[in-house]
Amino acid sequence: MANKKSSVLPGFKLTLGYTLLYLSLIVLIPLAATFWKTSALTWDQFWHTVTTPRVMASYRLSFGASFLAALINLLFGLLVAWVLVRYHFWGKRFVDALVDLPFALPTAVAGIALTAIYAPNGWIGHWLEPLGIKVAYTRLGVLVALTFIGLPFIVRTVQPVLEDFDVEIEESAASLGANRWQTFWRVTLPMLRPALLTGFTLAFARALGEYGSVVFIAGNMPMKTEITPLLIITKLEEFDYPGATAIAVVMLVASFVLLLTINFLQWWSHRYHAPV
Amino acid sequence: MVPASSLHFIPRQAAPRRVTAEPPFVRWLLIGVALLFLGLFLVVPLAAVFAEAFAKGLGFYLHIFNDANTLSAIKLTLIAAGIAVPLNCIFGVAAAWAIAKFDFRGKTILITLIDLPFSVSPVVSGLIYVLLFGAQGLVGPWFMEHDIQIIFAVPGIVLATIFVTFPFVARELIPLMQAQGRTEEEAAHVLGASGWQTFWRVTMPNIKWGLMYGVILCNARAMGEFGAVSVVSGHIRGQTNTIPLHVEILYNEYNFVGAFAVASLLTFLALVTLLLKTWAERKNAALRGTGN
Repeated sequence: MANKKSSVLPGFKLTLGYTLLYLSLIVLIPLAATFWKTSALTWDQFWHTVTTPRVMASYRLSFGASFLAALINLLFGLLVAWVLVRYHFWGKRFVDALVDLPFALPTAVAGIALTAIYAPNGWIGHWLEPLGIKVAYTRLGVLVALTFIGLPFIVRTVQPVLEDFDVEIEESAASLGANRWQTFWRVTLPMLRPALLTGFTLAFARALGEYGSVVFIAGNMPMKTEITPLLIITKLEEFDYPGATAIAVVMLVASFVLLLTINFLQWWSHRYHAPV
Repeated sequence: MVPASSLHFIPRQAAPRRVTAEPPFVRWLLIGVALLFLGLFLVVPLAAVFAEAFAKGLGFYLHIFNDANTLSAIKLTLIAAGIAVPLNCIFGVAAAWAIAKFDFRGKTILITLIDLPFSVSPVVSGLIYVLLFGAQGLVGPWFMEHDIQIIFAVPGIVLATIFVTFPFVARELIPLMQAQGRTEEEAAHVLGASGWQTFWRVTMPNIKWGLMYGVILCNARAMGEFGAVSVVSGHIRGQTNTIPLHVEILYNEYNFVGAFAVASLLTFLALVTLLLKTWAERKNAALRGTGN
């Protein structure tokens, strides 16, 4: 890590040294220890632990619901970003600030609030009950909670790209005879694609690891409404440390893959929108 | 929710409609659907917290804050945030200084590693400390011999809180300081200012709103973290309960009014966070605007 171009400013060794020390102590060593702990298991034991039917059911729910929630947010996030950037309406600044609520509201609070609303006697739940739709304590509840916590990601990745968007490109499409929908579908949307994908992956990654907002509304029935993070907690409470660690390693590997994907997508979108 | 009838549009330009604008009814429809979605997912839960908290009146609401366990949960949350936020703040400034003001190899990898805690599940964030400091952990037995308890005690809660809020300040400051470049600091240094003087008098005024923004978000997460803290806490009432964990305990005991009353405190904190965040964002934008 030698200086390529020596800077006249002081403090390089001090700040970089402190950064690396703190990063190692808080993040890298504990994470490495987790992988090291797994080596107490043989490969067969590890594989058996992370593929039992109950664990597989939790993967299906966690990955499936996270994917669907990110998809819902993809559609509505684009809509919200579009409305906030392109239109003017009363209370827009307030709405803009409110979009970040899922980032600011503690997940446990979101969990109990959503459960209260969607319970059979709740504000929304009692309207859905006669229709035969149950949300709280079902997989649909998991989906609602994950949609809530992923909501800001797509809005906040698409919004700046739309703000910088050169309207002249749309004007030239229109002058060449495209109608509004064709312009949006063929010109605007393709340019938003990297931002949309980045936001989608961020929302998906966040939903995958989410715990607090889901445990209250899910009902936590094994094989049915049990998410993978909850299973880790269950194993811990049973003092099954190797089991908890093995599942945690699967989650960590999934997180790392998603992190790499996000980095790649961000690099791609910067290339797409390189300042002229 | 904002009723649709109270919306009125300020047209950007008088008729005729621009080719890049949608017909009015499409605009109305899109705004309506967007607000309905946000109303359903954001406003209704927000209203539900306060409605449930005050369901049995103000007396009941205040009653829960007169409880020793609630007060000790508030105290522990303040301790955890009070340690985690300054530590991550110092780290964020140091990391941003090293990354933005100097060139070295492996910078991209370093930035990715700093972001790492954001992509780790809160539950796993807590678990890694249990595996390190727990009774069967790697260094846990050594700490036990020396009568230092970390897991199921306050140090564990503080560590988990530091982990989940680790990147907030750094990721706010790194792009900000990279965009601002080095010329101002270099000029100050060449003119004879010491490193500290350069930092406090030149860098600090430029980054203060960005720093503020990072600190606000870091603090909100520190006070509201649930999953990671839940794993390391042990849920000992009056000792290792933070505010979010106290909400869970009250809720599981079917003390819904109590749970929502305590939750309303966190909700209020979230609303203040959004307000301060919007304010810091605007100040930062203004600062950048005049800087150029």
